Amino acid sequence: MSLSVTRRTRLSTAWLIVLVPIVLLLIAAPWWAGRADLRLMGEIALYMSLAVLWNLLAGYAGLVSVGQQAYVGFGGYLFFALTMLAGLHPYAALPLVVLAGFVISAPVAVLIFRLRGAYFAIGTWVVAEVFRLSFAQMASLGGGSGTSLSPDIVRSLAEGRDAREAVAWWLALGAGMLVIGTVVWLLRSRQGVALTAIRDNELAARSLGIDIWRTKFTVYVVVSGLTALIGALIFLQKLRISPDAAFSANDWTAFVIFIVVIGGIGTLEGPILGTLVFFALRETLADLGTLYLIALGVVAIVIMLFAPRGLWGFLRDRWGLELFPLSRRVSGLAKKEA
Amino acid sequence: MSAILELQGVKKAFGAVVVADDQSWSLAPGEALGVIGPNGAGKTSMFNLVTGTLRADAGQIRLGGQDITGWSAAKRCRAGIARSFQVPQPFAHMTVFENAYVAATQGAGLSGRAAEALCLDVLDRTGLIAKANGQAGGLTLLERKRLELSRALCARPRVILLDEIAGGLTEHECQSLIQTIRDVHATGVSIVWIEHVVHALLAVVGRLMVIDFGRKIAEGEPQAIMQSREVREIYLGIEADG
Repeated sequence: MSLSVTRRTRLSTAWLIVLVPIVLLLIAAPWWAGRADLRLMGEIALYMSLAVLWNLLAGYAGLVSVGQQAYVGFGGYLFFALTMLAGLHPYAALPLVVLAGFVISAPVAVLIFRLRGAYFAIGTWVVAEVFRLSFAQMASLGGGSGTSLSPDIVRSLAEGRDAREAVAWWLALGAGMLVIGTVVWLLRSRQGVALTAIRDNELAARSLGIDIWRTKFTVYVVVSGLTALIGALIFLQKLRISPDAAFSANDWTAFVIFIVVIGGIGTLEGPILGTLVFFALRETLADLGTLYLIALGVVAIVIMLFAPRGLWGFLRDRWGLELFPLSRRVSGLAKKEA
Repeated sequence: MSAILELQGVKKAFGAVVVADDQSWSLAPGEALGVIGPNGAGKTSMFNLVTGTLRADAGQIRLGGQDITGWSAAKRCRAGIARSFQVPQPFAHMTVFENAYVAATQGAGLSGRAAEALCLDVLDRTGLIAKANGQAGGLTLLERKRLELSRALCARPRVILLDEIAGGLTEHECQSLIQTIRDVHATGVSIVWIEHVVHALLAVVGRLMVIDFGRKIAEGEPQAIMQSREVREIYLGIEADG
């Protein structure tokens, strides 16, 4: 019996082949999409990133944070500060935002990891409020009423409005690919094996040699740094920042949780699918005003009743679908198993 | 020869309930030790103390002469202590192979092909290879118990702790399990085995220990222990004569 282990499936190979033209098509979007469509697609890419990151945190590491808006706002404000106050070029500021996200989230993790379950969730929210109140004190960034990105900085991105919209889109697309790529790489690594085990059973994971604290700490810091990057790009697209918008629990956490939960928590594909569903609903129902939020609530309830593991969880449980080659399969077993 | 695993005066209590009362015993390298005792006697708690799932209130635990009392469960596993859980704890949404792979990469510290080869070899020995691609959550109870054993072996332990792994097996399955455990023992792994299926235990272990109310009440050559008055009274529930 000669057995080997492989991670590719026919579906995952097909998906990777399909992905190449999709990505090329998306890169070329400024030439075929209108300005409004481009903005919407940019927003989708950024929300998808937030959802993929939150899913890694909550769905894999079991860190159910309701305070990731802390890092969205932190990233946005730091980007404004680095470009307007420190005079850095936006492209130089973005990597610094990621690094600062790593640095600030490490002590926060040490502090809030002392809390468990619901207390952890509340703790993350408190941290986000502390961040919001701190940035509201900064007079140089407009205090409580916020500030706009100065025109020179906007112009330094590219000449002309269309070119700037294109650059904003490429940055959003690039960030989305960076986030998904990082998460795929992480989940395929040795840390990812540990993380997936923690997702399923912490007691067994600990007994098999996995340092749970360190694994969760790594995930929290990586997720927070990348969330800060997404925050910077969100407010680069909006051109204006204020404490209430930057640290909005509704926009950056509640919608993100909705996306992950309906898409399928604890799967990589779930938040991607969930983002597409969320925007499809938003674009068709947004005219309904407050009824739109009620409709979202109804959708969430219906999906939870009929597919408690989300849409992708439902597809995966039923047909064993997997788009990204993450799980390891043994090939060469007896034919009936193949 | 110095002991591979040694407990000295280990104590643990939850309020008034004492699960380990001044326990001292040791395991020689390559030895197989059986543990019996009534339900609730503190056998599984003893495993929890050795693996680090529970922290001792007092006393010392040594592995290969090194004091591991303050170590985390993860560190103890990497140092060579692996266990099977009495109530199976599978990674339900991972495949059987991936369950084993977790142990090989995290517990044994292997990577790539070496980790894969170890997992395939162990699953073949424990009879789970045909189910390698199945989700662990879909296994029957017996298969889950074999998965517990497989994972523990993939961590490449120096000491393996088996917790009621033969319970509920048919006679035929039990014989094949005994053979598997004998093979493991033959490779030099030291074994501590808690079991109610006494004939399975006696087929493997060279020494028997009896625990009740968290205390070690008897220890010695298996046949002598099974004949002893304490065992007949406490474990088998037979009234002592007059």
